[in-house]
Amino acid sequence: MDKSGKAYWKAVLTLVAQVLVVWFVVSYGAGILFAPELNSIKLGGYPLGFWFAQQGSMYIFVALIFIYAKLMGNIDRKFDVHEE
Amino acid sequence: MSLQAVTYLIVGATFALYIGIAIWARAGSTSEFYVAGSGVHPVLNGMATGADWMSAASFISMAGLISNMGYGGALFLMGWTGGYVLLAMLLAPYLRKFGKYTVPQFVGDRYYSKGASSVAVICLIAASVTYIIGQMTGVGVAFSRFLGVSNATGVFVGMAIVFMYAVFGGMKGITYTQVAQYCVLIVAYTIPAIFISMHLTGNPIPQLGLGGNFVGTDMTLLSKLDQVVTELGFGKYTETTRLSTLNMFVYTVSLMIGTAGLPHVIIRFFTVPKVKDARMSAGWALVFIAILYTTAPAVAAMARLNLQATVNKAVVTGGDLFAEEASIKYDERPDWMKRWEVTGLLKFADKNGDGRIQYYNDKTKNADVLAKAEAAGWKGSELTVNSDIIVLANPEIAFLPDWVIGLVAAGGLAAALSTAAGLLLAISSAISHDLLKDMWMPDLSEKGELLAGKIAMAFSIVVAGYLGLNPPGFAAGTVAIAFGLAASSIFPCLMMGIFNKKMNKEGAIAGMICGLGVTMLYVFAHKGLFFIKGTEFLGLFGGKENFFLGIEPNAFGTIGAIVNFVVAYLVSKVTPDPPEHIQHLVENVRIPRGAKAVDGSHAH
Repeated sequence: MDKSGKAYWKAVLTLVAQVLVVWFVVSYGAGILFAPELNSIKLGGYPLGFWFAQQGSMYIFVALIFIYAKLMGNIDRKFDVHEE
Repeated sequence: MSLQAVTYLIVGATFALYIGIAIWARAGSTSEFYVAGSGVHPVLNGMATGADWMSAASFISMAGLISNMGYGGALFLMGWTGGYVLLAMLLAPYLRKFGKYTVPQFVGDRYYSKGASSVAVICLIAASVTYIIGQMTGVGVAFSRFLGVSNATGVFVGMAIVFMYAVFGGMKGITYTQVAQYCVLIVAYTIPAIFISMHLTGNPIPQLGLGGNFVGTDMTLLSKLDQVVTELGFGKYTETTRLSTLNMFVYTVSLMIGTAGLPHVIIRFFTVPKVKDARMSAGWALVFIAILYTTAPAVAAMARLNLQATVNKAVVTGGDLFAEEASIKYDERPDWMKRWEVTGLLKFADKNGDGRIQYYNDKTKNADVLAKAEAAGWKGSELTVNSDIIVLANPEIAFLPDWVIGLVAAGGLAAALSTAAGLLLAISSAISHDLLKDMWMPDLSEKGELLAGKIAMAFSIVVAGYLGLNPPGFAAGTVAIAFGLAASSIFPCLMMGIFNKKMNKEGAIAGMICGLGVTMLYVFAHKGLFFIKGTEFLGLFGGKENFFLGIEPNAFGTIGAIVNFVVAYLVSKVTPDPPEHIQHLVENVRIPRGAKAVDGSHAH
């Protein structure tokens, strides 16, 4: 792989890692590990931990994929590897 | 018109719709038959993927399990949606760039080995057949209720219909049919939810209703539910977990990575026009899936409250739940209970002989509840409700009009049939094309290939139907095992194929065999050899259930995946590196530019 190829792959992995951190924090963090603590906070009629587990994490997953697709498009263009 | 007639009418009309669309689309283009979704708008492709993905487990079984499990049921919600994030980022774009049709083809080329490809076929079949058992369980429940027959007869009718449906040919491949199926199933799922949410909270949007106030009070719906179920000795709805935190964690991981390893889902991303589209279509698929998945928790909680309120009048009035008059008389039970009693999935046993239905948790450790129950002359909970009936019975419990009940039946069947047919096609192509044609009998004629595929399908249906009669668990639980098998075998193999260019065939094969092996061993030890009752061999491992760190067999795919990764890594370190051209191939796959149209002649 040439130099720009390496830099491209590094940029991709960095983006993937960032998305995965958010993905992990909302589902496994807020939805499971810290749900009991978060339940003392209320979001409307929802205890917050319960909300993350049964509603919020899914909304955030959807947003994450579109954000990822957008940012990947930017990276592809920056390194000039996008599809014509 | 009777309920039965309305149900037949609606189910019949939706079937006519699917067949009509199939004929219309077929006339338009024959290539559609093979290439699901190329040239189709990403939004429509997302809907079709949603129908392909959401099975009887999602539609019929999941909300019932959540209803039963409370907060802990979230593992299904997060597990079956979170995998799409992994799919969009880690697999879909690269597999699309690779430009092959099936998972075994990718594995065979990337690992330059027919052996690796054969092992992938075996993994694929193990996961798919287990998945179909779950579908059969769900189809059996749906048919038994709507035909008014026993559960076993329901499974037989389901087997016949799934067989005809799948053998019909490329029905599944036609994206527009699946778009129609998505529309039917999502309408069928949300309409009762909207009605019930209106009724219980005054808010027509179930996702908001679940966070709203119980109608006519200033108490939230969830705290009302919490209060009722804890008074009756059940766990607090918004906090209770049947499983330990560790179990919930690994269970969720197993479902997520299993999603990203299931052949009939991955296949959809092989064939989108561009790499860019592979990323986007995963997003659109998840949008359409999330509509059902965010409605499910509302259905679950509201059905639970409605069920408790049906058998105990004090739930709504807020009076004493243990008062004699509060429990309804068996003779005055609503019609829907009578209808479900026929199927054997709802049972009443008058333990204290007072002719009334008492429904509570008689195994609670709360001495206060037990004392109250005893003082009231209750001698144990008298109602058993199979979780799998909750969604189908939901509109009946809430006294919704007959057409809604019929619609839900049609939706459940759409979900089960579209997924079962997709899986059966994946199995038949793996056996007839990847295994027979590519490896064992290269001179097999196209006709022979097709016939072999149909035989494989018929055989899978019989096996799945037989096991569906004695299912290893609820539909969603059985499907979870299928995800565990995919998680422990296919996902790690694909991941390493893309992200580790030094991964060689020896490592990949050893990894898949060990990952799938330990997972099957653990599951079979609990559930019987190939799920046949009476062949459990827990005794070999000291006879204790969940003997490995207390992890449930349904959640074990995560451990299998870890074993797969570790074994593959170690083996690849002590065996030769993959050839130079394979390493170049992997580098090339990582870059979007130059993605060609999919090649490889793949029939059905």
